[in-house]
Amino acid sequence: MEIKRTTLNKLHQSNKAKFVEFAGYEMPIQYSKGIIEEHKFTRTHSGIFDVSHMGQLFIYGDDSLTEELEKIFPLDLKNLKQNCSKYSFLMNEDAGIYDDLIITKIEEGYLIILNAACKDKDFEILSNLLGSKFKMNLDNNRSLIAIQGPKSVEILNSIINGVDRLNFMTGNWFDSDNQKLFVTRSGYTGEDGFEISISNDKAEKFVENLIEKGAQLIGLGARDTLRLEAGLCLYGHELNINKTPVEANLRWAISKSRLLNGGFIGSKKIMNQLQDGANQIRVGIKPEGRLIAREKTKIYNETDKQIGEITSGTFGPSVNGPIAMGYVDREFSKVDTKILLEVRGKKYPANICALPFYKKNYVKGVN
Amino acid sequence: MSEVKFSKEHEWITLEGDVATIGITKHATEMLGDIVFAELPEKGSNVEKDGTAGVVESTKAASDVYTPVSGEVVDTNQSIVDDPAKINEDPEGGAWFFKLKIKDSSELDTLMNKEEYDKFAKETSS
Repeated sequence: MEIKRTTLNKLHQSNKAKFVEFAGYEMPIQYSKGIIEEHKFTRTHSGIFDVSHMGQLFIYGDDSLTEELEKIFPLDLKNLKQNCSKYSFLMNEDAGIYDDLIITKIEEGYLIILNAACKDKDFEILSNLLGSKFKMNLDNNRSLIAIQGPKSVEILNSIINGVDRLNFMTGNWFDSDNQKLFVTRSGYTGEDGFEISISNDKAEKFVENLIEKGAQLIGLGARDTLRLEAGLCLYGHELNINKTPVEANLRWAISKSRLLNGGFIGSKKIMNQLQDGANQIRVGIKPEGRLIAREKTKIYNETDKQIGEITSGTFGPSVNGPIAMGYVDREFSKVDTKILLEVRGKKYPANICALPFYKKNYVKGVN
Repeated sequence: MSEVKFSKEHEWITLEGDVATIGITKHATEMLGDIVFAELPEKGSNVEKDGTAGVVESTKAASDVYTPVSGEVVDTNQSIVDDPAKINEDPEGGAWFFKLKIKDSSELDTLMNKEEYDKFAKETSS
């Protein structure tokens, strides 16, 4: 299959990006300064991420759409205010996760941001579930740009006046340069920031403008270290079709009111697991010393019994040490439990720790 | 001190008497990106030509470090274990990896000189 490129590909090239294939797209893993510098720049200034490979699914409809979507997602969508966003998942009947996503209620219906590797299948699943009653558009004509880090609000507000009045996990349409942009205050780095949905023909100029105001392009490499420090899941690593939201320790993302009566796909399994406890749970893991334990590293207890596996592991530049997430048997999931990690044939000590590794600064109550 | 020689696995080596100093090349560090972890062979252990003699990890992945010649490990550079970023800063100087008392100096004959290595590095990275 031919590799796909986002609208910003040329801009990445002229900024000396190193590319990797990710979900069928040629994406920048890093630019000339390298992952650690890019990571730190995002934490202290403002990083720009091309996330245009992700799916932007618009579903058009009124209250009857809300009703249908409540049969799919474990959210209280009836009481979700317009322009408010929620993190959620598309699941099968066994509560296995097809994808994790952000859903925003907009005037016209809903906007759902999907993972690049899952978006076509998600579209098919949702089309089958919703039938032909609602118009759906997986919009390839729009790019998605994230801007993350403490200086982002000032930079973005100087281009799109009014975004500073958005609270975290809310969004709205804005007019800028004679076009409509959909901006949400959200992101996946643990920093304050925004995601901007913009038509492809305006995207490059928009990003150049952000760069001119002092933001810098950041690659997928730093995106991964940033999200891991923030304790956030990455589909295909922490999440897959064999993991449930309860096992992934994401019950906070399930609306409480929906747990009383269920009625969404996978609800029976979720309610059972919440009552009986899941066999394995996602945890944070901190290796002692500088050792890095990568994905698929086996986890043992102190008596040498295998109790789980790492799903993501790297060096956290802001933590200045190795960090990881993985799944362990529930009895070993308590913070400060001592575990052993098998790396290159030897076992090294590590501890279960609380997430996130890096504390976030989300903006609430500005509006 | 002898001329610096280079291996196809991107190590450099210099010889002083029968003690060789070995590290990884600047080109290797540029390919790896930010190095955040280094593991060295144990002092007193014996390593075989082209065998693994350490590990470096960047933010992206782990890579083995090979030894271009056989010998006994007589010294290791603890400072790069304590501060792996030094490997990116000074790979062909202060950030050497280990020193070997070599067995057979003819093993160096198969290695590349600077000019040959630069050409090799350019060809293999494009």
